[in-house]
Amino acid sequence: PIRSVSVDLNNDASLLIDIPDALCERDKVKFTVHTKTTLSSFQKPEFSVPRQHEDFIWLHDTLVETEDYAGLIIPPAPPKPDFEGPREKMHKLGEGEATMTKEEYTKMKQELEAEYLAVFKKTVQVHEIFLQRLSSHPILNKDRNFQIFLEYDQDLSVRRKNAKEMFGGFFKNMVKSADEVLISGVKEVDDFFEQEKTFLLDYYSKIKDSTAKAEKMTRSHKNIADDYIRISATLNITMSFVSLQKVEGRVASDQELKLTELLRYYMRDIQAAKDLLYRRARALADYENSNKALDKARLKSKDIPQAEEHQQQCLQKFDKLSESGKKELTSFKGRRVVAFRKNLIEMAELEIKHAKVRSSIQLYYICFIMCTNELQYAWGICKILCEQI
Amino acid sequence: MAASSDRNPPPFPASEEPETGLCDMADGDSDEGEDIFVNNSTPVAVSRGVSQPDQVSEEPPDLFSEEEAISTAPTLSTTAKSNGVHSDDENDLFAEAHVELSADECGSSAHKDPSSSGPRPTSSFTQSPAARQPTSLEQLEEEEAKDSFDVDVSVTSPEKIGDGMNAYVAYKVSTRTSLNMFRSKTFFVRRRFSDFLGLYEKLSVKQSLHGCIVPPPPEKSVVGMTKVKVGMDDPSSVEFVERRRAALERYLQRVVSHPSLLQDPDVREFLEREDLPRAVNTQALSGAGFLKMINKASDAVNKMTIKMNESDTWFEDKFQEVENEEQQLRKLHAVVDSLVNHRKELCMNTAVFAKSMAMLGNSEDNTALSRALSQLAEVEDKMEQLHQEQAASDFFIFAELLADYIRMLGAVRGCFDQRMRAWQRWQEAQSTLQKKREAEAKLLWANKPDKLQQAKEEITEWEARVTQYERDFDRIGMTVRKEVLRFEKEKAKDFKSQIIKYLESMLQSEQRLIKFWEAFLPEAKAIA
Repeated sequence: PIRSVSVDLNNDASLLIDIPDALCERDKVKFTVHTKTTLSSFQKPEFSVPRQHEDFIWLHDTLVETEDYAGLIIPPAPPKPDFEGPREKMHKLGEGEATMTKEEYTKMKQELEAEYLAVFKKTVQVHEIFLQRLSSHPILNKDRNFQIFLEYDQDLSVRRKNAKEMFGGFFKNMVKSADEVLISGVKEVDDFFEQEKTFLLDYYSKIKDSTAKAEKMTRSHKNIADDYIRISATLNITMSFVSLQKVEGRVASDQELKLTELLRYYMRDIQAAKDLLYRRARALADYENSNKALDKARLKSKDIPQAEEHQQQCLQKFDKLSESGKKELTSFKGRRVVAFRKNLIEMAELEIKHAKVRSSIQLYYICFIMCTNELQYAWGICKILCEQI
Repeated sequence: MAASSDRNPPPFPASEEPETGLCDMADGDSDEGEDIFVNNSTPVAVSRGVSQPDQVSEEPPDLFSEEEAISTAPTLSTTAKSNGVHSDDENDLFAEAHVELSADECGSSAHKDPSSSGPRPTSSFTQSPAARQPTSLEQLEEEEAKDSFDVDVSVTSPEKIGDGMNAYVAYKVSTRTSLNMFRSKTFFVRRRFSDFLGLYEKLSVKQSLHGCIVPPPPEKSVVGMTKVKVGMDDPSSVEFVERRRAALERYLQRVVSHPSLLQDPDVREFLEREDLPRAVNTQALSGAGFLKMINKASDAVNKMTIKMNESDTWFEDKFQEVENEEQQLRKLHAVVDSLVNHRKELCMNTAVFAKSMAMLGNSEDNTALSRALSQLAEVEDKMEQLHQEQAASDFFIFAELLADYIRMLGAVRGCFDQRMRAWQRWQEAQSTLQKKREAEAKLLWANKPDKLQQAKEEITEWEARVTQYERDFDRIGMTVRKEVLRFEKEKAKDFKSQIIKYLESMLQSEQRLIKFWEAFLPEAKAIA
């Protein structure tokens, strides 16, 4: 389901990456990163390495800190695996075990295990998409650290520690106040970027809000699904239309979840785009400062060549960022529209399909129950039908 | 007034309720409660069972609608018979099934029954009230399936009368009947909530002594009523009034579909009489008070040991069944309640999300995507509407069904207790008789002729009593069996029709959902 958030990934046979499996040990998830490549820069044509979430974060952060990539949108880092929800529910279930029948307990445990599995699958997918975004980016896929991430068959934690010491999260901290610079900041010379700035700032706040509201909605759906689970677990004589609702609940959750995932993903992507704008704004500020410094130097007739050189460097950097930035932001726009389209169509089609399935089953139940006086018998049949959905 | 929680099922009798006022009331009235079960020697005609007309359909209203809740949603055959004042359209899709069903269940629509003027005098067990063995179960069941008669009641048009803290809500109680015992074929009166409670009290005083399952009324609610007294227009008051109206209607329908209760003059008076005297002493009849009463009686009864002969295992087993079922329904009700709340949350969250989507659509700079997002916002708005209606279904069809039957099962337990008390009375009378006989024997020896005469008279008196109480005990036993059978049938029918209604409402939702998304799909495809 989350695959449609970003399209056209993992198509290039020269570098194919996937995460075929993962292990969950307590809190830690160990992903198996599998690479297939025809590029000579790699030592082998096919290989796998184990990686933790922190390794992905390390990779993301090093890319962000790399000066050369200042003009690129760095794909957002995958979020930390979060099993808190199902774990808390498992805990509550354990506490309440004494108050329910064995059958109830087993049913609910099964449901929770399914939920756990769903969270697990989702986290694998977001980590996979992150790598695939990198592998399909013409510049980023050549990054040395990316290659190390894919290939290095030892534990990366040593490197991670070193990186932290080197950068100390300097740039990341700066980015936090980026919006203020962008808003209050320097006068924009380029219409394109002026428009982009306005658009991205506004859109970001709206999509952030939508993501939060969508999450709330999804949570409500989940609560309802849980209630139906408890209801069907409580009944001896299964009112199987309730089991139907249980299925509906989970399905509806999945559809709403689709939309939520889309919004969340693009919220983060837009943040990455904003970061690009920020870096460019800083480069512009640096350039303008270098101009002032040059003027000062000329006035004082002192250190003019250094000042001139510095100004040239700043200008080059700024131009490079602007050129690259323009390309990135344009393709990002296109990518976003395509992804939304695909996702919205899929969501609508699924809603329709599932509603039709539920309708025909409900219709069948109605006819069936009406045509028999043996309610218990009817319920029993409905249960059998239900399990075949 | 005693308080009971607005949206919770009848509180667990065992637990001490936080509403202390409630406890005080119940305790204060407990003596009064005990009095209800005192010896009543009025013989009662045990009328035989008849099958009931289907109950008036309750369409789940929009929770926040301010109008009177008469829905126009199509319903299936269970409502297409000669039902209440607002009958609904048949869904053509199920016309055939409708015919099948009414043939099956001796539905009232097909019958202009000559015996509708009263029960037929063919009850086999009124012929032998002293029989120790009840008549066979088959015979009892057969009698259940005999003809039906027409009485349909509805409770509508809640109207706030008066102002401030003395205000109350008056409901229109309409009756439609073919029975001659009523003053006309259709008529209506205005009743307030305490009138319904008063009716219950009168009925339970008379009828429960004989093992009748008297349907319990809906609960009082200080919180709910206070809101209504302040103003009837806000959504929660509207919901409260609608909930109560529907509950009162179901209560009355159960009363009139009970053959014995229908014959009770208090019921007729309630339905017909223009000026009903105000009911007093309704304090005892809050939900918790009622249950506390039942359970106090239960406790006393449990302390007795009863030697069971063969046929009595039915009672023991059945009682256990009833208790288990009540427990299960309570659990279920708690979860359904949670479902209703979560559904309401979903409504709110969906509405909020829809607005957010609309804003996002406005921000979007790609024209086609912008339009699609705005359309999505509209679809979500419509989804909110659907969720609201589903929440109403969850509550009015599902949750209230469970709450009703939790109360009803309490009443069923009550009639088992009545039987135990009858047994106790009989046993006590026997032991008194024994003592009198012993006393007589002593007097014979002591040779005191005048005292002897008195003793002999007392023995005769107590012999008569023992015979009477034994008869009572047998009779009440048979009534309880019949009542329980009837109750189980009604329950099955009720659950069946309610499940169908619930499914129908879901089905409708699905159809509309499909339409919404089908309309949205081209917009999504138009994105470029």
